[in-house]
This record gives sequence, structure tokens and C-alpha cells, in this order.
Amino acid sequence: MNDTGSLGDDVQLLTLDVNGTSCEVITSPRRTLVDVLRHNLRLTGTHVGCEHGICGACTVLVDGLPVRACLMFAAQAEGKQLTTVESLADPGTGELNDLQRAFTEHHGLQCGFCTPGFLMLAQGFLTERPEATKEEIREVVAANLCRCTGYQTIVEAIDACATARRAQRAAGTEETSCN
Amino acid sequence: MRSAKDDRLVGRAVARREDPRLLTGHGRFVDDVELPGMLHAQFVRSTVAHAALAEVDLTQVRQVPGVVAAFTAMDLDLGDITAQLGRPLTEFVPTAMPVLARDRVRYVGEPIAIVVAIDAYAAEDGLEAAKVTYETLAPVTCEDQALAPGAPLVHEEATHNTLVDVSLFATEGIDEIFDNAPCVVRVEARTGRQNALPLETRGAVAHWDGREEQLVLHTCTQVPHQVRTVASRCLRLDERAVRVIVPDMGGGFGLKCVVGREEIATAAAALRLRRPVKWIEDRKDALSASFLAREQHYTARAAFDVDGRILGLDADVVCDMGAYSCYPFTAGIEPLMASAEMSGVYKVPAYRVRGRAITTNKAPTAPYRGVSRPQYVMVVERLMERAARALGLDPVEIRRRNIITEFPYTGVNNITYDPGSYLESLNLCEQALKEAGWYGRQAAARAEGRHIGIGYSCFSERTGYGSTAFAARKMEVVPGFDLAEARMDTSGAVTVTSGTISHGQSHETTMAQIVADALHVDIAKVKLHQGDTDRITYGWGTFASRSITVGGSAVRLAAAKLGDKLRAIAAAEWGIPPEETELDRGRVRRRDDPDAVLTHEHLAETAYLKSHLLPKDIDPGLTATAAFDVFNDGTFSNATHGVVVELHEGTGQVEILAYVCVEDCGVAINPQVVEGQCRGGIAQGIAGALFEQVTYDGQGEPSATSFMDYKVPTAHEIPEVTIHHLETPCAFTETGAKGAGEGGTIGAPAAVLNAVNDALRATRVELDNTPITPETVHRALTSPALEQTP
Repeated sequence: MNDTGSLGDDVQLLTLDVNGTSCEVITSPRRTLVDVLRHNLRLTGTHVGCEHGICGACTVLVDGLPVRACLMFAAQAEGKQLTTVESLADPGTGELNDLQRAFTEHHGLQCGFCTPGFLMLAQGFLTERPEATKEEIREVVAANLCRCTGYQTIVEAIDACATARRAQRAAGTEETSCN
Repeated sequence: MRSAKDDRLVGRAVARREDPRLLTGHGRFVDDVELPGMLHAQFVRSTVAHAALAEVDLTQVRQVPGVVAAFTAMDLDLGDITAQLGRPLTEFVPTAMPVLARDRVRYVGEPIAIVVAIDAYAAEDGLEAAKVTYETLAPVTCEDQALAPGAPLVHEEATHNTLVDVSLFATEGIDEIFDNAPCVVRVEARTGRQNALPLETRGAVAHWDGREEQLVLHTCTQVPHQVRTVASRCLRLDERAVRVIVPDMGGGFGLKCVVGREEIATAAAALRLRRPVKWIEDRKDALSASFLAREQHYTARAAFDVDGRILGLDADVVCDMGAYSCYPFTAGIEPLMASAEMSGVYKVPAYRVRGRAITTNKAPTAPYRGVSRPQYVMVVERLMERAARALGLDPVEIRRRNIITEFPYTGVNNITYDPGSYLESLNLCEQALKEAGWYGRQAAARAEGRHIGIGYSCFSERTGYGSTAFAARKMEVVPGFDLAEARMDTSGAVTVTSGTISHGQSHETTMAQIVADALHVDIAKVKLHQGDTDRITYGWGTFASRSITVGGSAVRLAAAKLGDKLRAIAAAEWGIPPEETELDRGRVRRRDDPDAVLTHEHLAETAYLKSHLLPKDIDPGLTATAAFDVFNDGTFSNATHGVVVELHEGTGQVEILAYVCVEDCGVAINPQVVEGQCRGGIAQGIAGALFEQVTYDGQGEPSATSFMDYKVPTAHEIPEVTIHHLETPCAFTETGAKGAGEGGTIGAPAAVLNAVNDALRATRVELDNTPITPETVHRALTSPALEQTP
């Protein structure tokens, strides 16, 4: 990674664990996590919407929990497990996971700019609270901004995914596509 | 075997073809475009609202580590952006918008210089080192100041700070009608300045391609060809030498359907430096220094007879368009829309209107989803409610008595409305709220001292404006038509181009549905190309809900022509007239022998690889081009919205308990997409009704520069919306579709405001301004009148 940021003599070597892969990045200490993910590692699925932690377009998982990647320096992410939207689909076949499928089935996205943030928010939340009710899901969806959908179909998509996962667990089948 | 009709995709909720890439993080938005050696730009922006520029000193900027170059207007020497209307100076004053401020700044945030550096961080460092010397002038920050005698002038050529002043209609004898009417009601309403707020801010990546001798400009715009025109003129290049490419776009809502100064400046910097330059707007600039909309002031009155039938409508509209006229629409966009269409869905026999655009020292404005219609619908619907109260009529009943029921209907505004379901949608919406028990619940809640209100709005939305309709507005560049090209390759795959450009509206899906039906091919075989001025001959982009009506019609015509060519080639092979063939699931079939078929692949092979077999009157290749335009007043979608709100004492919060939308956009190409447009539009309408506003202080400093100050509603504030569809097909679009992009936004403010006022009935307070803040509601709920109510 040769994007060293603006100051050639003030750089550091970071080792980041992104989607299970260890990545070395040489960058200036002031670069945010979202900029390093997007521009150094070319994982452009994580988007930048406000750079002040309100819109949530940059949401990624840090050690499994949703975090605004615009409010964190890349250096702060060393030693943590980072998960981005690129991790959701099957790496071999590209097949969408159940959450992604629910978004498309419920028309939970239009322009798609905020979508990776909502997907990671939901992925983190449902792992933490698989029993979440639709009302709880709506509360969590209120953490991020979407300008296209009016939110209803995002809530429905996440609720449908959660319901299906619960049904699968109840049926005793091991869910493998959404770990 | 399924019949051809069963196979049709139009009308079905076909899964979106955009989704897989967007869901996996593989969309390509403008900030995802990365080129070797790319530099990053940011803009030195004015910190004052109104000043002469005495000096712009970038010497120290150029010393900042990482900064590669910095340019002022003088350095770049670019042409201005000037939008024109074909109207006399008494009605329209053209004003030039320089790409970078030259000798004057007119709003906080106006771009003064471009700083180019090795990354965005260094570019921002560079901004800090700029020295701008201002000779400040008195700012004009509101309508009263702008129109006051002797006011400072934002543009010297615009006396009275007025850019547009038109009186389009004045029915003879209207004063007498008002003098003699048994009931005259008035509304004075002000609507807040809003930001359309696509989640993706504006941005551009420009580079010079020496091999093609072409400037390539990636930019998120709704109007790629118009950006090309402006870039070529400002940069003094042939249009051929500019290629505008639009990647995936994270929303636009109108804000991106005008040409931005920064995208042109970015192109100029790339041209000068011969290196790729990227500019991505940050949220602060997006909120305060891009394009805003909707700040309007209505003074309106309506006359009614004793039965509640409207006799006349008389309105004065002042739109605060900020510092500059936007290209290509001009500052006339809001006042002309309001003036031309305000009589709306009602049988208004007499109409007078004056529409003005004033200029102030605020960020300029662009069309925003709905353009004036959310505002004037709100005013007209308030007039209806007020008349109902004055005459003791039910608010739904007074609408029934006035709503247009016979079509085509030519209004007092000389516009002919094509058939719609105005009354049916009103009745159905009322029935839905009744059957859900809201009227009963409202009565019970009132008895408990709670404040529940029910409100409606009825409206129609002109969509599919053709060149005739835009020419009537006297635009100097006249949008309207669209071009489409359909091509088939030797594998039988179809590429279709459209001059429209999707930014959330799902054109890759809906246009493919149209093509698949027209050509009788598998939708997987169809790919839409949009947003590239080298691939698409010409287009007017996406705005005014024109994409499916106009663009979709052109696409259908081109696909049908391509189908005709396939049939002609097949007919030649069989030695029969083309009329004796038909398209059938990827093949051409003989009508007289359904088992005799030739596949598209076979016919394409003949067209390209064995063209010696073609008769002389059939050109090789499989391509067809079609244009579509609308030569009447366009087609009107319509809807009724019904809203139930509860007002909370103490907090002044307006909680939306139920929202019902009954909409009619003709044939819905994809009902799921239409519902998405409705819900998203309604959310933006609610945002305007209750939450969002950019205000300015007396010095012209904007109040909202972050999401801490600009309250964008979340899933917490936006309710679930129940949607009912009616279908009155359009007779003159190729698919029967009407536009569906803006209706949600148009109907919501009026319905919410009416519901709030219904909830406030006991207080005798009536609210007419938006956004309705908790403070206003709280004040109303603590009004003395309420305490007197038993």
C-alpha cells in the first residue's frame, strides 16, 4: 500500500485485520478508518456521508459491534477485527447472504449509498440481539439516515431476516450464510 | 403454453437488477473512481455573505506541504454560467454565475479558489492558508430586506433584487368576483428553506485523456449532457472534447439536476495540470454551499359560494432563490411552476397570480423534488380547509364539490389535464381512514383531552413535460424529448441507451422490463446504458418525473423498431412479408406456422456475420434509434394523502399515527418501485413539514452546517405508509405510465399541516407555516382558547 497520505516523513505502519485478512498499511496517523478502508485498501463499499458520525453510511463492525468508521482513526483499529460490507456475500460464488436477500426482496434500497451502513448496522445488531422485535429494529434503524426509502422497507427487510433466522434456529438447522 | 400476455414483465415487481452490486459494496460511486496520479481538490469559500473581493492571496497556500496548485478565477479564466429565459427584462433578469467568484461574493460558502493537493487532507490544510481580503457590503438575507426601497443590490442589474416577476394569469373581473363572494378565505404561508440532501454529496473526478483528446469528467449529475455543454463553453472546448460519465449516484432529488460550479472548476484544474483531479464535497459544504430550495412566501385568498364551490383564486408568490440563477432552469423554476399550476385539481373558474423570484445573499437554489408543488398544494389545501370551517362543511365534502371529475379538463391556467382518478382517490383515502377506525379513535381521544387530528391533501402532478410544455415556460434551452438506441449483438443480447439517468429510481430494472416486453426477450438479455455522453447521443437527464414517461417511451419505441428489423430479416429468409411474422420469446415466428421459428442469435448472425444474405433494402447490423416527445401539456399523476397525527402536550411533538396514500400513476411498470418512490417522497415531504430548515442570521450566516443543526428525520419520525393503487393509464405514453417520482413529496406537507390544524381545532390557533416546530405546537396547545374549551 503506497498511499502514504500527505506527509511523507510522518507515516506509520499499521496492521489491520479486515474481513479475516491481515493487511499492512503505511499511512499518516491522522487518516480515518473509513479513508484507509476505502482508499488504501480499496474496500469502497463503505461510504462517507457526513464525516461527523450522524448519518451512519460508514458503519462497519469493530470486534462485531457497529461503529462509525469516520469517527475512528485507522490507527485505533489495530488489533481489532474489522468487518465490512464486502464480507457478507459468499466469497466463492458471490451469492448474497440472507440479510442482503431480504433487502432486495423488500426493496430496502434505492440509490444504495446508505445501504452498506444499514447492512452492517443490522448485521451487528441481529448478532447481538437475535430476538429483536420489529419495534426494536425500528429503533436501531433510526441510528442511520436514508433519504430514499422512508425506512419502512429497511425495517421490514431486517425484521424478515431476523424472523427467518429464528425459524431456522428453531428448526434446528445450522445457519451458515450469516455468521 | 403461456400466452404472450402472461409473459409480460411490465406491471410486475421484478427484482431490481441494481441490487446485487449495491448490496455487496461493488457499486461505483464518484468517490470510488480512483485514477493513477490523482490529486484532490477543495475550495476556498467565502466566509461572508456579501462583499467585494479586494484580494485573494494564495501564496501561502502553495507552500503548504502536499499542495500541488491553487487557482483563482483570474488564474483559470473561465467562461461564466448564465441561465436564460426568453422573457423581456421586465419579467426576467439574467445574471451570470462565475465558476469561481471573480470580484464579488454573494453568499457564505461561495467558491473563491480551488486548492489541489496530493490528498484531501492536504487540500484542507491548504484552505487554512488562503488570505482573502473582503470589502464587506450589507447583506440581503430576507424578503423584506430584498424588496425594501433602497435595498443593497445582490446583482446590480437586478433592481429591487428581483430576478423574475411574472403575472401569468388574471381572469377578467376577478376583483368583482371576490367583492361579491359570500365567503372569502385567506392564507399567508411561509415555507422553510430546505436542502434536498442526497446522502451522497456532490463530487467529480476529471482527467485529460490525451489519446482521445478529451476531458473526461466523472460527476454525479442528473443532467450529463447539460454539464457537458456548460463545461465545453466554460473551458472553451468542443463538446466532442468533453465526455461526462455518471457512475452510480447516491440520490439527487433535483439538487444534482443543475450544473455545479465546483465540477467545472475541478475539470478546469485537471485540464490545466494534466493530472486527474477529484473533488468530493464535504457535508458542511453540501448543507451550506450547494443548492437549496423551497423558501417561499404565499399571500393567497380564495372566494367560495355558499355551497362551498370555489369562485376564484388569487395569489402572490415570492420565492427566495438566493444568490444565483441555476443552469439550465434559472431562478424562474419555482415561481413559474407555482404560477402555472397552482389551481391544481380543483375547478377554479377565475385565477390571478403574480410570481416572483428574488435574489438574496444566501446559497443559490435548484429544483427540489416536487418544485413548488409541495408549497402551493399546501396553500390551496389550507384554503379549502379554511373555507370548510367558515361554511360549516366537512373538509372532505368541500373537496368533493370542487374536484375535477370530467376529463380532459382544461383549466383556468390553460393546461389540459388528461384523465385521472381525483375523486376516486379522495373517496378511497377517506374510506381507508374510516375503516381503520381513526374517526372513532379521534373522537374518543378528544374526550380524553388528547389532540388527534386527521388531514388530507388532494393533488395532481404534471409529469412527462415535453418540449412544448417547457417551451411554454419560455426556457431558452428547452428540455423535453428523449432519444433511445437499442442494439442486439450476435449473442442475442440487447443493449439499450437512455438519455435519462437513474439515481435510485431503478431504471436498469424498469427500462429492461419495457424492452423485454417490446422485444419479447428474456430480461437477463437486456442491459441499459445511461449517463455517458459518449455512449448516448443526447439526453435531458432525469428530473420532473420524466424518465419513465418520456425516456421509457423512447426506449420502448427503439426496442419495437429493433423487433421490426428482426422480423424483416426473418421474413426475408422465409420469403414472406414481415407482417406474417411475430416476436416470440427470443425468436421470430411465422404466424401461419407457429413451429417455424428463427432465433435472435440466428438472425443476428445473419445481420452481422453473413450480411451477404441480407436483401439490399435491409442494412447490416441490428440497431434502431427512436425519439419521443410529448406535444401536449403532459400527463398528470394524482393522489390523495390522509394523515392522522397526535400532538403531545409538554413537548409539542407531532406524532404521525397513520399515513395513507392513494396514488394513480397510470400503468406502474414495477409496483414495488412505485411504492418505493411514494414512501421515500412522503418521508421528504414530512421532513419539510415538520423538521428541516436552513435559516440565516442577519449577517447571512447559515444556521445549518451539520446534521446536528439540520434535522433529517429517521426511522423514529417517519411512519409506516399504507399505499393503495389506482390505475388510469396515460393515453399517449408508449407504456401507459405516468411519472411517479415526486408525488409523495408533493402531498405530504399539506396533509400533515391539515392534520395538525385539525388536532388544534379546540385552540382556535391555525398554523400555515412550515416546518411546524415543536415550539409552535407547544405554544398553540397552551393558548388561552384551549383552557376555555370544556
